Amino acid sequence: MTETMLLVPMRTAKQGVALNQGKLKDAYKRETSTVEIKQEDMDRLGLKTGDRIRLRAGTEEVVVSCKPRKVSKKVQDTATGIIFMPYGPTTSALMTDGDTAGTGMPDSKHLIVEIEGPLAQEESDG
Amino acid sequence: MDSSVAAEPNIRVVKNATCTFCGCVCDDMELTVDLDQKRIIKAKNACVLGKAWFAEHSVDESRPVAMIEGKEVSLEEAINEAAKILVNARFPIIYGMSNSTSEAQRETVKMADLLSANIDSTSSVCHGPTGMGLQGVGEPTTTLGEVKNRADMVVYWGCNPSDCHPRLSTHYTVNPKGMYIPNGRKDRTVINVDVRSTTTTNIADVFVQVKPGSDFELLWALRILVRGGKLNSTFEEQTGVPIDVIENLASRLMSCNYGILFFGMGLTMTRGRHYNASALHMLATDLNEHTHFVVKPARGHGNVTGADTVMSWQTGYPFGINFNRGYPRHEPGEFTTTDILTRGEADAACIIASDPIANFAKPAIEHLKKIPMISFDPKPTPTSQAARVAFTTACYGINTPGTVYRMDDIPIPLRPAFESPFPSDLDILKPLVKRIRELKRAQ
Repeated sequence: MTETMLLVPMRTAKQGVALNQGKLKDAYKRETSTVEIKQEDMDRLGLKTGDRIRLRAGTEEVVVSCKPRKVSKKVQDTATGIIFMPYGPTTSALMTDGDTAGTGMPDSKHLIVEIEGPLAQEESDG
Repeated sequence: MDSSVAAEPNIRVVKNATCTFCGCVCDDMELTVDLDQKRIIKAKNACVLGKAWFAEHSVDESRPVAMIEGKEVSLEEAINEAAKILVNARFPIIYGMSNSTSEAQRETVKMADLLSANIDSTSSVCHGPTGMGLQGVGEPTTTLGEVKNRADMVVYWGCNPSDCHPRLSTHYTVNPKGMYIPNGRKDRTVINVDVRSTTTTNIADVFVQVKPGSDFELLWALRILVRGGKLNSTFEEQTGVPIDVIENLASRLMSCNYGILFFGMGLTMTRGRHYNASALHMLATDLNEHTHFVVKPARGHGNVTGADTVMSWQTGYPFGINFNRGYPRHEPGEFTTTDILTRGEADAACIIASDPIANFAKPAIEHLKKIPMISFDPKPTPTSQAARVAFTTACYGINTPGTVYRMDDIPIPLRPAFESPFPSDLDILKPLVKRIRELKRAQ
């Protein structure tokens, strides 16, 4: 199934711990290539935790894992159609536009992506 | 004598050490150091990020101090090669510095001046838009000590300190008791404004969920209310926040005794960027007609605030600075690193304590990989792997003394835990500047 969503790169404590261990280590690579999707979006797309999905922005695409986004139980979090992934080489690959609108800052937290998944094993390996 | 009995470990305890991982720059660390193993075995008072910072920066003596094209060389050879690359370039850029001491940052500005180079810190892809915004409208500022002692209203807007600055709330702004906040957390109201709920939402009294890309409209709606105006329904459509919720928020902000607006990349990395930062600062200024209100950006890297500060005092500008006419010029969009690289203008790069290849936009990364690059980093990174000259450096704060600036512009001294066999950034920059001067004289 394919759908267009907003990808918002972010920071997590787990990513902060992993980058201290080393950016070339598996923990950092895993954390920065796992996308968090709201449970109801996962259900609609037929996704389960650990499924491989493809994210496409313009001519670039990456294959990542997905997991449900933790939402606060204290409040009603209404955001759907927005996915989150820790900053790193994977989110950089999807930042296809270096335009900063004269500020020095790309639209780093506003990446429109096409999400496709779950991928079959051979597709996700390839 | 029984040789199987282990020798007493050579342990040292460093009190009031400083953590330089994030912009909180907590200076109440108690580090237990195994001097024989050259590693920190306990970091009392550190948060989860600080514990990882101290635990993971032991010394790997198997790493070469310097490499050229991936091959081990002496420090002198690497410095000579780096100097040649920079002197022979027509448009050298210098970038990074946010994980380095202010003493090294000052030397880096000297190097940029000498080379007529472009110099920029990670601020340009962090709170650079904040600098642009506040230059236009002013900054109602404060220190974290003042917040601790006075603030009964703490707003976290577009930031998630519970994940990114875990001790900001617990050590400085929300939990501690203060001079005029005798009951600590009970005397404060915490408001979280974000596009999603986060771990910070869990510590908040009020959560306001704003549509992505409409922070400016919500800030402007609050300004209208604070200035005595009325809202029409378009604000609800634009922001996704019901009018009565916006009115309640404005009322809470106006009725506190001392309020602080902390904000993060949720404002600076989204549509509006510096306009969002301006609007937030103007809201605080408006609120000062009713009560006392201040603003602080939640800064990321340990000394990114120092990079802004040092470049401001040395050149007059905080980031995005070009020396190619022999004097400093500042122009975001023109002299900021992402733009220079995306346009393909730079022909050499010196990256100090930063990893742009892991977080820049793709077109900028592609150009950076094409040009000769020099990197300074304690650990291997995607940037150091792509560098022609890669220096392994000592870790600031853990191995080297110096000064860093906390996110509220307060300079904090560093108390290193143990010596590293690797040189500090400053130890490399000084002879590098000397060698650049020699080569330029010979030209």
